[in-house]
Amino acid sequence: MIAEYGLLALIMALVSAAALTVIPMWGAWRGSIAAMHSARPLALSLFVFCAISFAMLCVSFLNDDFSLVVVASNSNSMLPSFYKFSAVWGNHEGSMLLWTLVLASWTLAVAIFSSDLPVKLMARVLAVMGSISIGFISFSIFTSNPFARHLPNAPLDGQDLNPLLQDIGLIIHPPLLYMGYVGFSVAFAFAIAALLGGRLDAAWARWSRPWTNVAWGFLTLGIMLGSWWAYYELGWGGWWFWDPVENASFMPWLAGTALVHSLAVTEKRGVFKSWTVLLAIATFSLSLLGTFLVRSGVLTSVHAFASDPDRGLFILVFLLVVVGGSLVLFALRAPAVDSDIRYGWLSRETLLLFNNVIFLVATITVLFGTLFPLLMDALGQGKYSVGPPYFNAVFVPLMAVLVPVMGIGPFTRWKSDDPKRWNKILIQGAVACTLAAAILPWLGGDFNLWVSLSLLLAFWIGAGLIGDLRLKAEGRSTLWSVVTRQTPSYWGMVLAHLGFAMCIISVVVVTQWNVERDLRMAPGDVAELAGYRFEFHGSSGVQGPNYVADEGVVTVYRRDKRVAELRPQKRQYKASGQVMTEAAIDAGLWRDLYVAMGESIGSDGAWAMRLHYKPMVRWMWIGATLIGFGAFVTVFDRRYRKVKVSAPQEALAHA
Amino acid sequence: MAMHPKRKKRLFVVLAVVVFSSVGIGLVVNGLSGNINLFYPPADVVAGKAPIDRQIRVGGMVVDGSVKRSNSSLEVRFDVTDYAGTVPVVYSGILPDLFDEGQGVVAAGQLNEQGVFVAHEVLAKHDENYMPPEVAEALEAAGKKL
Repeated sequence: MIAEYGLLALIMALVSAAALTVIPMWGAWRGSIAAMHSARPLALSLFVFCAISFAMLCVSFLNDDFSLVVVASNSNSMLPSFYKFSAVWGNHEGSMLLWTLVLASWTLAVAIFSSDLPVKLMARVLAVMGSISIGFISFSIFTSNPFARHLPNAPLDGQDLNPLLQDIGLIIHPPLLYMGYVGFSVAFAFAIAALLGGRLDAAWARWSRPWTNVAWGFLTLGIMLGSWWAYYELGWGGWWFWDPVENASFMPWLAGTALVHSLAVTEKRGVFKSWTVLLAIATFSLSLLGTFLVRSGVLTSVHAFASDPDRGLFILVFLLVVVGGSLVLFALRAPAVDSDIRYGWLSRETLLLFNNVIFLVATITVLFGTLFPLLMDALGQGKYSVGPPYFNAVFVPLMAVLVPVMGIGPFTRWKSDDPKRWNKILIQGAVACTLAAAILPWLGGDFNLWVSLSLLLAFWIGAGLIGDLRLKAEGRSTLWSVVTRQTPSYWGMVLAHLGFAMCIISVVVVTQWNVERDLRMAPGDVAELAGYRFEFHGSSGVQGPNYVADEGVVTVYRRDKRVAELRPQKRQYKASGQVMTEAAIDAGLWRDLYVAMGESIGSDGAWAMRLHYKPMVRWMWIGATLIGFGAFVTVFDRRYRKVKVSAPQEALAHA
Repeated sequence: MAMHPKRKKRLFVVLAVVVFSSVGIGLVVNGLSGNINLFYPPADVVAGKAPIDRQIRVGGMVVDGSVKRSNSSLEVRFDVTDYAGTVPVVYSGILPDLFDEGQGVVAAGQLNEQGVFVAHEVLAKHDENYMPPEVAEALEAAGKKL
């Protein structure tokens, strides 16, 4: 009965979502205060029913209810219970249910933290979010019902969760990613509500901004975890493949990055309003597009659980309705006159505009590369694939032109600035960066131009942040008094920019200095790699909870000192018979040593082995984590907590 | 000629858009040239429709009993078929976990003068039930039911 309760709750959630869409929206239109105030309880009801439904699915998985199709296809009685739990979203149906739960959670969060919002805006925002819920809950119920049963012949045991997904990374990666993806629906709902109300101003941007920052922070962490998971779980030692599914999450991130910055301009200076609204629509649309690409099965990927034309069609139609509808609304309601607020050639507005253009061009080029194969296929031009060289060729130069501007952005004034004010500090910073970038690469052995350039760019970001503090300290007694005066918003920016600098260094260093060798190793064989000596001692059988494995033993020495003992595995999962590589990694801040087993060759116990030396690879995940936390820190800014609506604005809102 | 500041700004915006879109298009065209690769079913390769020494992908089923490993290196040879044509493939490196005889596979690399496909990358499916769509279509086109 558990599953039936789950389905019933999901249907009730759909009803709540429909009520949430219709009643408050009608109230905002007709000026009915009571109808508008129904938005909060309806949001709560939507959340409660989604949570019950999700909980029922979790119980079914934990209880091994193999009469449910999803449980039977994606779980197994031998599966450890935390993987049974993560198996809930390790499949198409369950992952869509998680999506609806996350959306309902965001809706509830907006309902809880919206006490400062004008009631009309609150009603519209929640109604828009309700309408998105309608789309996703109906998608779940009508095309991907997670509670469908195998009747009358339920299997005795399940087919098991894909071994690649039996991992701690998968327990947390999808929920975080969804928090990001779906979180952009809040920015979208604010944009639509603002268009409906005809009110686009600094206050609107201030309400929308913390939500957008948090969503963007989650998406950053989600993508970071995905990259980390691919690195250790796929056994190739790669951390980013420009796989269409990675791009599907990366495009909303790129557009979201532009949005986060343009919201800053709209909040602080009241310009770029229409642009910001358009970005909010674009970012959420790209999230939906990502969902379409991943869930419709048009892509070849580990994420494409199943392909079903109905599902693809449903999301495609939903996507067209959302994008088409919001663009029409935008065309009708966007402020026709551009604002009179002026800004000079050299001003923070101009620099942030530059940021926006770069990120937009990056989004479009990634979008093009991702859709190109689908487009050519649809046109009958053959089956193309667009590989990493394309994405690197377009993406790397764009980031390289972005960084010089990113360095001076933090201390450039709004409206207009005079370079004379900071010329001296800038030149000092540039000299220091150039010297450091010229000297430091020698530490890694021989000089490498690309590493040197990446250090120059990364230090330039740091120099800009230090220069900013120095400028702020002018005319003050101590630097400390400046440091303590800065807001959480400011420190969030600093963290995120430093994180970005770390990512630049890491990506370039690991690309340039990575050493990788595939070779045949028999017991007793020794291989030298980047100054490390790898000794293979052969392999033996081990037992896991739901798999058997051959475990190799490799000891690593550096200058005759024992550094690590690595035990990579080649697993065979009992339920599915699937074979999987489990890499062994000796992780470090400055380098990772990575060993993976290929296959057993010959009769002398030899294996195909993959050995990697990966310098500074961790920095990109640490950097991305800083970016994510930076986004979270900004929310603690006092000005977001005490949003008091001034009297004339309130009057306008009720007008 | 003095320009109205507003017009000047608009001109600046238009110029910026033009410059950046040309840069973007330039990057895309440059990136695409030589970096996209087309899929050929084995039947087309055998028929001589696939170009020599260019980046392409070939996919199909790995022929039973065709996988031969070298004893001293990681070189491996196997045949890929869509049942209308068969292409010999040579690859040096570690094969993906789900690579097996009788399974679907896609290889990226170059076709040499001798008609041997020299792969630098071999992709198999991600789970037991999944078939790369190119392979599925190639098999369908060759009239073989899966």
